[in-house]
Amino acid sequence: MQPDSRPFEVAVLLSVGRHPLTGRARRADHDARGLELALGLSRNLDRLQVRVLHAGHHDADNDAALRGYLGMGLEALTLVEQPAGADVIPALADVLAMAPPQLVVTGSRAECGEGSGLVPYALAERLGWPLVNGVVEVESIDKGVATLLQALPRGQRRRLTVRLPAILSVDAAAPAARQSAFGPAQRGALDSLQEVAIIDEELTEWTFSPARRRPKRLKIIKATSARERFKAAAAKAEGGGGQVLSNVTPEQGAEAVYKLLEEEGVLR
Amino acid sequence: MTGDVMTEIPRRDPRREWIARNRLHPDHDRVLAELGQGSAAAIEWMGPHGVMRKNPHAAGFIGPNGLRRIDRSGLQQGGAPSAAARGRQESRRRVEIASPAFLIAVVPEMSGGRLSHHDRDLLGLARQLADADPERPGAVLAVFFGSYKGEGEGEPKERALGEAGIDRLLHLTSDEYDGFAPQARIAALAAAERELSPRHWLLPDSPLGGADLGRRLAVRLDERAATGVWQVEADETCMLGWRCTARGAAGSLDIQRPLPRVALVLAECAEPVSETLHAAEELALNIELPANLARIEDLGQVAVDPGSVSLGEAEFILSAGNGVSDWDGFHHAARCLRATEGASRVAVDNGFMPRDRQVGATGTWVTARVYVAVGISGAIQHLQGIQSCEKVVAINSDPGCDMVKRADLAVIADASEVLAALVDLVESRRSQANRGESRDAA
Repeated sequence: MQPDSRPFEVAVLLSVGRHPLTGRARRADHDARGLELALGLSRNLDRLQVRVLHAGHHDADNDAALRGYLGMGLEALTLVEQPAGADVIPALADVLAMAPPQLVVTGSRAECGEGSGLVPYALAERLGWPLVNGVVEVESIDKGVATLLQALPRGQRRRLTVRLPAILSVDAAAPAARQSAFGPAQRGALDSLQEVAIIDEELTEWTFSPARRRPKRLKIIKATSARERFKAAAAKAEGGGGQVLSNVTPEQGAEAVYKLLEEEGVLR
Repeated sequence: MTGDVMTEIPRRDPRREWIARNRLHPDHDRVLAELGQGSAAAIEWMGPHGVMRKNPHAAGFIGPNGLRRIDRSGLQQGGAPSAAARGRQESRRRVEIASPAFLIAVVPEMSGGRLSHHDRDLLGLARQLADADPERPGAVLAVFFGSYKGEGEGEPKERALGEAGIDRLLHLTSDEYDGFAPQARIAALAAAERELSPRHWLLPDSPLGGADLGRRLAVRLDERAATGVWQVEADETCMLGWRCTARGAAGSLDIQRPLPRVALVLAECAEPVSETLHAAEELALNIELPANLARIEDLGQVAVDPGSVSLGEAEFILSAGNGVSDWDGFHHAARCLRATEGASRVAVDNGFMPRDRQVGATGTWVTARVYVAVGISGAIQHLQGIQSCEKVVAINSDPGCDMVKRADLAVIADASEVLAALVDLVESRRSQANRGESRDAA
């Protein structure tokens, strides 16, 4: 069997984003990063085929936002037709199961609607594929096993291998998306695909409102007497409890610091 | 017989009482001593007719400038604050829930092996859900993975966890759960669901792992999780009796919905437990991990150049101030410890460090877990910038400076000598470890 007889197929799930200030439809930040990651796989693979999917409906704003993705160098985008308020997970799972790609790349959460970030997880559960979140780089793909770099908080990275097919979700730590070019965006095609729509009943029972500012946490003082209240109000920042080593040799001091760093596990 | 009756009748000596009241009388002290009120302790006594009498002159103490000071709080002056704090802790009400009506399961993320602020808020919320009906109290079950590191010296695990509000504890310390092991962790949580079937699962919606684990758990249990929950209130019309407010659409919407079984909760959703002490009783659970888990394999953390990590999110910062004279030694120490470099304003102004490395109110507010301040005296602007650091180490030659007061560990010595000694120590331990490894391999 020739290993390169079939192109390596990657599906990227895209959503319509929302600009945080103007509220206009745009390409979603995380999804665009996911597409960038998928397009960047051509550096590792000889034959790469990127298929992009969006579940939603045609309208002027959505089409303009989706053309933003086409402007990143795509010829076509498959639009899985779903009315507003539909549950897109069954439709996407059906489309992916019909022609299973080796890799699915998604953003970590949508920028409008519920935006719970559950879609990649639900798809992974339905398809029975492993899911890796917070991917920043695909280092290599070899014999059905991908080596990935996953972002951890505080700028740390972790190396993982995952057996394909798999779902990768991408968040803000991934490399930024390339600019969208106007010409290719207009030339690209939006292919429609009809799918059965299942209306999300639960969503209709919820109430949506613009985000309120969260109340600032108050400092609760549980004082029983005036003196305690005064002390709490006049207290300086708590300083006590620290260990002070004076009259020690530098070696003893270094030993104490080393012990603390070791306990906290920051020395690698 | 009559004599007995005579002695039982209280007799007053008005003259002696008058002398006892008159501090200027020459016999005052003697009479007070006879009445048993000579010491300072006798501020109050029972009068002959059963009325409490108070001696206002005996109350209080003479202050440093010769004036009488009366402490009306009921506390005696001079009690150390640590003793007061200890008294407060001991006054926590003990709560034992022997046969809970239901369970609220919490999966704290325990970053660094101890409960974070987020975990404590989450446990506070779990307590709200569990204690809503005082007739039928529920119990809070905490499930956590990996080893536990105590808070403070020698504090028992049950105590610290009980203070956070945990009734039942499921502590899973197997190697399978270390690193990125979502499948093993979900298998364990699913086993807990089968055996204990808690009413709610609460997880922190944080990038340290809770957000990922919670979503995996929700889809495994086939529940539609509420994510980014920041407010929970009782509502009888909802199925489980609670309504929640959750952030949606990248933080720009508030969604009001009934609280589902699985909820991913933001920080500061509730007040942490502060008044009660719970049992933190350890449960054992027979978990059989499925054998075929190895679709995702963790190859461990990758060494990241600490200089490339932004100061605001660095985990371990070595920061230099005016007390540093040997800058080459400082940079070498930062490389050797693999710490991100920071600096105080003075060091930046004097041109020893770039501006983007400045810590403090005018620079970066850092969130490091460990912050080592070398030769920094601790201006208030700098201390503001390191407010959220967990452990602060100060190396300074001035024992009276503010940074030493803030620090968890302060070494009073010459900064460059301590750094040099620390570098030697780290290098020698590393080379020992390497030699040990190579011997193992051989």
